Amino acid sequence: MAKISLIVNGNPVTANVDPRTLLVQFLRENLKLTGTHVGCDTSQCGACVVHLDGKAVKSCTTLAVMADGHEVKTIEGLAADGAPLHPMQEAFREHHGLQCGFCTPGMIMTAIDIVHRKGHELDDHTIREELEGNLCRCTGYQNIVASISAGAKAMAKSDLA
Amino acid sequence: MYEFKYHRPGTVRQAANLLVKNEDAKVIAGGHTLIPVMKQRLASPPHLVDLSHIEGLDAIEMKGRALVIGATARHAEVATSAIVGEAIPALADLASGIGDPAVRHKGTIGGSLANNDPTADYPAAVLALGATIVTNKRRLKAEEFFQGLFTTALEADEIITKVMFPLPKKAAYIKFRNQASRYALVGVFVARRPSDVRVAVTGAGSEGVFRVTAFEEALKKRFASKALEGIAVPAEGLNSDIHGSAEYRAHLTGVLTRRAVDAANAKA
Repeated sequence: MAKISLIVNGNPVTANVDPRTLLVQFLRENLKLTGTHVGCDTSQCGACVVHLDGKAVKSCTTLAVMADGHEVKTIEGLAADGAPLHPMQEAFREHHGLQCGFCTPGMIMTAIDIVHRKGHELDDHTIREELEGNLCRCTGYQNIVASISAGAKAMAKSDLA
Repeated sequence: MYEFKYHRPGTVRQAANLLVKNEDAKVIAGGHTLIPVMKQRLASPPHLVDLSHIEGLDAIEMKGRALVIGATARHAEVATSAIVGEAIPALADLASGIGDPAVRHKGTIGGSLANNDPTADYPAAVLALGATIVTNKRRLKAEEFFQGLFTTALEADEIITKVMFPLPKKAAYIKFRNQASRYALVGVFVARRPSDVRVAVTGAGSEGVFRVTAFEEALKKRFASKALEGIAVPAEGLNSDIHGSAEYRAHLTGVLTRRAVDAANAKA
């Protein structure tokens, strides 16, 4: 077993884990943060995207021990319980950027990462290119793209990063 | 995934010692090849040595007339580095097209080279630009480093520390992606260097990255896509699978080389 200490959604967490534990398993099974999903488990679909030190990564292809000493943010960390949604979450709700919802947490974490890197004014082509690593099997991309475009603009006026 | 012990050395020397002490130990940095392979139980190293916390190993800098990229520099860092963009824009372009944005936040240049996947992008750049791979033990020229499918000159306790790229006069990389996996079905890196021209091809060869000397000689005489007219790449030794025959890959190699030459000329 290996002892790890990291920050998850702003809270310090310490745990003993088997080194082969994936970050996504640690989040879901140890911390019960089940908003991060396992889709393909082969680093292609993006349902497991979280932010590691502020950058979008695939938590199914990251070992929990590799996150030791680092900061992780999941979909649960975007807005406090009972508080208004993060502007990107609100944009997905408003623009119906989902059908079954399975890919949505990963889509939203990737969307916020796109805004951090590319700014608040995103054209549709950029959004589609940047979504290369996130798959939606309900074929709902049209509204996902509309949601991200609106969410990016809304983030400019929000205190929530 | 089978059990293993995880090590996080602070220096390259410590990392190398761990490799000597622990038989069959594997180096991990971004983990975007090794972790999937371990999940499939195609590899089961008893020890993992994580290089990603070794300070300075991801540095990107100019040293004299060479661009030097540290082994643990992530694809996203190479893609967005102002130093790389200024020195060898084709290399920044190449890095920006590896995998997807989340993969680029983790994957490293050293990992890509040490793995030498026959469809990886970086080997084409390293071979075409005539880069030198620096390890904890020695310096290796690109042509001695790559030794066939997933095979390199690296010894069991040898660690890539950096890659030194001499600056080309012009360069471009063009890849034709497999529509499903997005890996290079064929990728061609063309570099017009001060003394010669090099054309390196990834994705197509059954023994991994290779050079096309017939193209290089024609382009040395005249660096224009027209200079390649009438020269064909033999299909012999190229991959044939459900995604494309060897003949198709040979044809594509010619097409992409012409496009790369045009792109290199357009940039300058």
